[in-house]
Formats: sequence, C-alpha cells, structure tokens
Amino acid sequence: MSKAARVPVREQCPKQRVTNFDEVCLGYSLEEAVAEANRCLNCKNAKCVGDCPVAINIPEFVSHVKKGEIAEAAKVIAQASALPAVCGRVCPQETQCEGKCILGIKGEAVAIGKLERFVADWARENQITAAEAAPKNGKKVAVIGSGPAGLTCAGDLALKGYEVTIFEALHEPGGVLVYGIPEFRLPKETVVKAEIENLKKLGVAIETNVVIGKTVTIDELLNEEGFDAVFIGSGAGLPKFMGIAGENANGVFSANEFLTRNNLMKAFKEEYSTPIKVGKKVAVVGGGNVAMDAARTAARLGAETHIVYRRSEAELPARVEEVHHAKEEGVIFDVLTNPTEILVDEKGWVTGLKCVKMELGEPDAGGRRKPVVVADSEFVMEVDTVIMSLGTSPNPLISSTTQGLEINKWQCIVADEETGLTSRERVYAGGDAVTGAATVILAMGAGKKAAAAIDEMLMSSK
Amino acid sequence: MYKIVEKRQLAPQIYLMDVEAPRVAKSAKPGQFIIVKTDEKGERIPLTICDYDTVKGTVTIVFQTLGKSTLEMADYQAGDYFTDFAGPLGEASEFIFEEIEALKQQKIIFVAGGVGTAPVYPQVKWLQQQGVQVDVIIGARNREMVILEEELKALGARVYVTTDDGSYSRKGLVTDVLKELIDNGTRYDHVIAIGPMIMMKFVAKLTKEYAIKTTISLNPIMVDGTGMCGACRVSVGDEIKFACVDGPEFDGHLVDFDEAMRRQAMYKTEEGREMLAMEKGSHTGGCCGGHN
Ligand SMILES: Cc1cc2nc3c(=O)[nH]c(=O)nc-3n(C[C@H](O)[C@H](O)[C@H](O)COP(=O)(O)OP(=O)(O)OC[C@H]3O[C@@H](n4cnc5c(N)ncnc54)[C@H](O)[C@@H]3O)c2cc1C
Ligand SMILES: Cc1cc2nc3c(=O)[nH]c(=O)nc-3n(C[C@H](O)[C@H](O)[C@H](O)COP(=O)(O)OP(=O)(O)OC[C@H]3O[C@@H](n4cnc5c(N)ncnc54)[C@H](O)[C@@H]3O)c2cc1C
Ligand code: SF4
Ligand code: SF4
Ligand code: FES
Ligand SMILES: [Mg+2]
Repeated sequence: MSKAARVPVREQCPKQRVTNFDEVCLGYSLEEAVAEANRCLNCKNAKCVGDCPVAINIPEFVSHVKKGEIAEAAKVIAQASALPAVCGRVCPQETQCEGKCILGIKGEAVAIGKLERFVADWARENQITAAEAAPKNGKKVAVIGSGPAGLTCAGDLALKGYEVTIFEALHEPGGVLVYGIPEFRLPKETVVKAEIENLKKLGVAIETNVVIGKTVTIDELLNEEGFDAVFIGSGAGLPKFMGIAGENANGVFSANEFLTRNNLMKAFKEEYSTPIKVGKKVAVVGGGNVAMDAARTAARLGAETHIVYRRSEAELPARVEEVHHAKEEGVIFDVLTNPTEILVDEKGWVTGLKCVKMELGEPDAGGRRKPVVVADSEFVMEVDTVIMSLGTSPNPLISSTTQGLEINKWQCIVADEETGLTSRERVYAGGDAVTGAATVILAMGAGKKAAAAIDEMLMSSK
Repeated sequence: MYKIVEKRQLAPQIYLMDVEAPRVAKSAKPGQFIIVKTDEKGERIPLTICDYDTVKGTVTIVFQTLGKSTLEMADYQAGDYFTDFAGPLGEASEFIFEEIEALKQQKIIFVAGGVGTAPVYPQVKWLQQQGVQVDVIIGARNREMVILEEELKALGARVYVTTDDGSYSRKGLVTDVLKELIDNGTRYDHVIAIGPMIMMKFVAKLTKEYAIKTTISLNPIMVDGTGMCGACRVSVGDEIKFACVDGPEFDGHLVDFDEAMRRQAMYKTEEGREMLAMEKGSHTGGCCGGHN
C-alpha cells in the first residue's frame, strides 16, 4: 500500500481561480483523508516528526485519521500546535515534515500538511474545542504583536492560567496571516479569524491600534500597567527597496503595500474604500513566497504579470507549489534578469523597467552560484507597475524605545534560542523580530518556547 | 471603538472632532499624528493631532473634506463611534527635545496654510505654555476659511492673517507676509511651515534664500503608518525616508517637494471612480451636503 500514489487534492481550476480570490486548494474529503492516511507506515522512529519545528506527533494523529477518529487526531495536533489550519496550508512541508517522510525516498511522501489541514478544518466545522484554560493564576503577561509568534505565546500562557493581553499596532489581529498572505492561500474569515476567536475564548484580551513604543512603551507596561512579563512578537515588517533610479515613481510599490491594500484593507472588494492600482502590466521583482503572493494577486486583479528574478528557476526561494500555482495562473517568469533602473514619464509614472540579463558564475564559498551580468544584455520591459519584493527586516520602533534591549546588525532583537529571553529582564522575544523574515511555524515554535520560559520564570519567582 | 465626544464645524468643509482615545491622549506630543478608520470598510486616514486632553482622555482632530473618506467622516456626529483610532504616530516636533532656555532665545515663526493651521495649534500651545513667544502667519483662501485665529491669539502668539482674495485682513500669500516681516528687520531663527505641499515648497524656497532653518510637515499617502508598507516614502537630501516613522516633520530645504506632490496624486483616478459610484447612490451615508 505504500507504493500507492498520493491521493490528489482538489483545486479550483486555474482559469477560474485567476478571476476570484477564493481559496485555490479545496482540501480533502473525509474519504480522501482516510485513504491518504492509510499510506502512512506509522514508523517507529518517525523521521517526519524530527523536521516539524513544533514536533507534532505525526504518526499518532495520522493513525487516528486512518480510523476516522478525527476529533482524536485534532487533540494530538493541539498538544503541539495552536494554528494547525494555518500551518497545514502554509508550512513549507516539502522541506520540513514531508521532506523527511520515509515514503518520499522512493515515491511520494505522505501529504502530512493536507491531512493536518483536513483535521483542523473538520474540528473547527464540528466545533471541537481541543483545549481548556487552567484556573487564573493572578499573573499578567503582555504580548506585542498578533502574528503567529504572539498568538501562540498568548494561547499557551492563557492555557496555563495567565491573564494575557495582546497589543497589536494594526486594526486587525493576525500579523502577516491577515496583511500579507492572500485570501486565496489562507482564508481570513473562516480560518484566521476562527483561530483568533479560539484564543479569545481562552480569555486572551486583544487590544488593537496600540503601537508599542508610541502608544505605550514596554517600560510602562512593566512598571505602570502591572504586567509581570512581556513577549515581543513584532515581526519583520520593514520593506527593503533596491536603491535604483526611479524607485519613488508612481506605480512602484513594496510587496507589503500592495498586499496590505489588498488583503488587510480588502481593496479587491468593491465596497471597501482603500484604492489599489495594478496597471496593465506588472513586474514583481524577487523570487520568494512574498513575490509569488504579490504576482498571483496582481494576476487576479487583471494584470499581465511577470516575476523578475536574478538567479535561475532552480534557485527560486519560493515553495515549489507556489511557483507551480503561479505558472498555472499565467504568471510569466523572467529569470536570470536583474533590474537596473525604473523608467519614468514626465508626470512621474512608471513606463518601463530597465534590466540586464544574468548568468550563473562559479560557486561562491557557500556553494551558491553567484549571478553575474551578461555583457551588453541591457533591455527594457515595458511595464506600468513594479512591485518590489526583496525581503523585509524588523522595524526599529520597539528597539529604539526600549532602553537596554539589545539588537544585532540586522536590527533583529537578540534573544536566547531556547527561552527567548532578551537582554532585558522579564522581556522575551521570538519569531521574525528575532530571526528576520522566516516562517509561520518557526515563529510559532518561538512563541511556544517563550511561553514555557515565561511560565517557569514567573512560577519560580513566587 | 472610539467615541466622538464633540463635533464642530470650523469652516465650510472643515470639521473639528474630539475623540475619546485615552491611550493616545496620554502619549501624544505636538507634531505627531493618528490614523482613524471610520468603520469596517473604511480606509486608514492619517490626521495630525491638533490637541489632546490627558484628563478627559480625548484627542482633537481637524479635517477638511476632500474625497470619499473625509466626506464619510464628516457624516459622523457627537456620540457616534469610529472603529479604529491609532496613535500617536510619527516623531514629535524636534523643539520639544531642546532646552527651554535655548528655545526662549530663538525667534520662531509658524506659517500655516488652510487646514494646516490645526496642526500648528498644539505646537504653538506647547511653546507658549513653556514661555516661548512665537509668531504665526495664517493663510487661507478667504475669510470663511480662516480657522483657529482667536484660539492662537488666546495662547499669546502674535498672529498675522492673509487671504487669497483679500476678503479678510490682507490680500496675498503667506510668503508675501513672511518676506515682509523678514525684510522689515525681524531676524527669525526657525520657520515651521504646515499646509499644502505647494505652500511649504515656496516657503522653503524663500527661507533658503535667507538661510533660515525651516521645518515642514509632510502628508504623503499612507497605509499602515507604522513603517511596514513604504507608501509614505519621500526623498530628503539623498536619503529615502518613511514619513510615518522618520517624520512627518523634515528639513524643508532637503525635501524633494516635486516628487512628493507627484506621489500624492497617485490614487486620484481610482478614488475619483469611487466618488462617482457614491454619487450614483451605491452608497448609503447621506453625504455631499454643502460640498462642491
Ligand atoms: C506575503 C507573505 C507570504 C508568506 N508566506 C509564508 C508561507 O507560505 N509559509 C510560511 O511559513 N511563512 C510565510 N511567510 C512568513 C511568515 O508569515 C512570517 O514568518 C510569520 O508571520 C512571522 O510571524 P511573527 O509572529 O513573528 O510576525 P508577524 O506575522 O509579522 O506579526 C507581527 C505583528 O506585530 C505587529 N507589530 C509590529 N510592531 C508592533 C508594535 N510596535 N506594537 C504593536 N504591534 C506591533 C504587526 O502589526 C504584526 O501584526 C510569508 C510572509 C509574507 C509577508
Ligand atoms: C501625517 C499626515 C497628517 C495629516 N493631517 C491632516 C489634518 O490634520 N487634516 C486634514 O484635513 N488632512 C490631513 N492629512 C491629509 C488627509 O489624510 C487626507 O486628506 C485624507 O486621507 C483624504 O482622504 P479622502 O478619501 O477623503 O480623499 P481622497 O480623494 O482619497 O484624496 C484626496 C487627497 O488626499 C490625499 N490622500 C488620500 N489618501 C491618503 C492617505 N491614505 N494618506 C495621506 N493622504 C491621502 C491625496 O493627496 C489625495 O490626492 C494628513 C495626512 C498625513 C499623511
Ligand atoms: S506544522 Fe508544518 S512542519 Fe509540522 S507537521 Fe504540520 S505542516 Fe508539517
Ligand atoms: S515518515 Fe512518513 S510514513 Fe513514516 S510516520 Fe512519518 S508520515 Fe508516516
Ligand atoms: S505608511 Fe506605511 S510605511 Fe509609512
Ligand atoms: Mg481616500
């Protein structure tokens, strides 16, 4: 039975889905999930678990699915993960859990992510509450930022009986899950909001529109508002630009701006006020997941969309599945191409992107082949919109307003890897704010570790 | 939810509101701004903080109706609620970090254009309350559009008013008044100009000739206001700054105003379309009264 092929997952057909923002992947039915689960060998020394950053007991939850015991499966997952419906959708599974699955050596790995998603969706639809909070212990913890790191830390502490308040700068909790990752990969209303509602049911308070460092400082939270500890999960939201001529022209956006207008502000919906400009022909510069999200969003808004990436297709940092989906949706890949200037008309609008062709040179010390410019290869792509997707770094708002909080040269907060403790007593940090832009599951893992460390610190102090 | 506790109309198309936002009121400083979102479907609208009351926990905003969102805002009444009100955002005015005694030695003049008089108010208030005597030039289209003149005088500032059409006080531009004052022998150390981009551009041009330090407050397109999107980027000297976190106040002699003005117009057509849809009646708020 292990030789059987993976049960294919149903998806919206590409022609149809580029005209809407509904979820692309439709997920397994119960029958399909059971069939896929039955491919799992239930390994004794399961390699898959070791590469899940939160160590979900994969063989155990999958064996419940085999028997159709979905509520049981949900409980197993809940022991390790607070956001399974999210991770099942957006984890880079092919390089994590599924990348180590024994079946993957000769054939196809078990579709662990899709199974996790199925279980989480089923539990939500059947209103299974996987966890209940311990009685209040009288201690207060402030969590800054409501992305996966903050949500996880808050959830774990609430379960242990802490009074937890999340402070979020934006008007909507969720972090990148609401402002960055598009609806067609991660539905906001059904999945993200539902997860946040679960936290509220555990007693977590969420104060939106509070910008820590501006509205109130960490020192004020600790000294005036009576919080016993603080967890910083403020992410890495500051967008980078290339520094080429014309970058401030009308029609040049950071991926964050473009995605925020569309996802958080819902510009794609008629009845929302925030405008978005997509133009007729768009160049998205970059090759990561963020670039794919921006490109697929631009395609849905009706533009001819190009990915412009300076290395070759094999080096694209985005998940294979995202690249595949983008191609199916008509996104054109211009690889080994590097922008050198944005051309602008007399009114300041983008008219084109000047690029050079690249080729891969000798491997560098790290073994990566560095792209080098091909002589006399300059050409102009006629586009009216350019979206810069070159990565992000942590915002200095918090570090610059918190005395004694150590940061490194990338502006990342310095924190202990095991506990999340920063250079400040009672102040912990985790997620992208510490690592720089990474993944949902790593941010969750950091939130979890910090919650455990905060609990240990506060319980031993009295 | 943030309650509107008071609403007043200051001029045709200019409204003042006191909004209950205790956390913002407690931390607000002159020069900073807030972002308001009226309801679930609204956009995030940046507005300068015009006053704050830490006891009542209120923050005063003054806005001019320009397009869809500000028109919708003008429909809100005292007792109504905004869903979101975030702040204080941006850096406070530079002078609040200076020594008071040093400030008292300086001759400071504010140049306020139209609704820009409102953000000037908390700065003048702060300085006058510290015992720093300042001058203010208010420029407006006509008599009706002059706002906060009495309030500024009540703070003890010396106020000069000029109108485009001469319907009140004197006729002419704010730069005419400023030039006259300087040429008549007042030696200003610092000019702080807040108003339409074009006004700030010409004030900065004038003060450059006289080599007077000049601060201006930029109001570029913003989305989040926390440094996350880069929509508000402006060229200052040879650097790119994000106005929402590095500003909104900058050295007027270093700002690329032409670029800033071009960028401000970026969504004109998009929002024009929204306005048309609204006028056709696809929108429920009874707006557009008195607007032309
Ligand atoms: C477009 C996009 C697509 C992605 N796709 C994937 C994917 O497919 N799979 C994957 O695993 N990862 C993906 N990532 C990365 C992943 O989303 C992040 O690694 C993860 O969200 C980091 O979580 P976090 O909790 O550390 O921070 P964030 O999710 O960034 O949340 C931080 C929160 O803190 C708030 N905040 C910041 N400063 C303050 C302050 N001063 N006061 C109060 N609140 C503050 C922010 O508003 C934000 O809500 C993607 C990222 C982007 C941008
Ligand atoms: C830091 C800052 C402080 C400001 N303070 C004040 C104030 O105290 N009083 C006041 O009346 N106005 C202020 N503004 C301008 C105000 O935000 C805009 O007038 C308002 O957003 C217009 O929205 P609208 O939908 O009604 O008009 P629209 O039709 O959308 O736009 C009209 C014009 O307003 C500007 N604008 C539009 N959207 C934005 C946006 N998201 N951010 C910034 N500007 C925009 C553009 O120049 C546009 O051409 C400030 C702006 C900034 C950035
Ligand atoms: S959380 Fe991510 S890595 Fe872990 S099992 Fe689920 S999909 Fe795999
Ligand atoms: S490695 Fe693969 S087959 Fe083995 S337990 Fe994990 S998922 Fe099942
Ligand atoms: S408004 Fe988004 S970075 Fe300034
Ligand atoms: Mg608008």
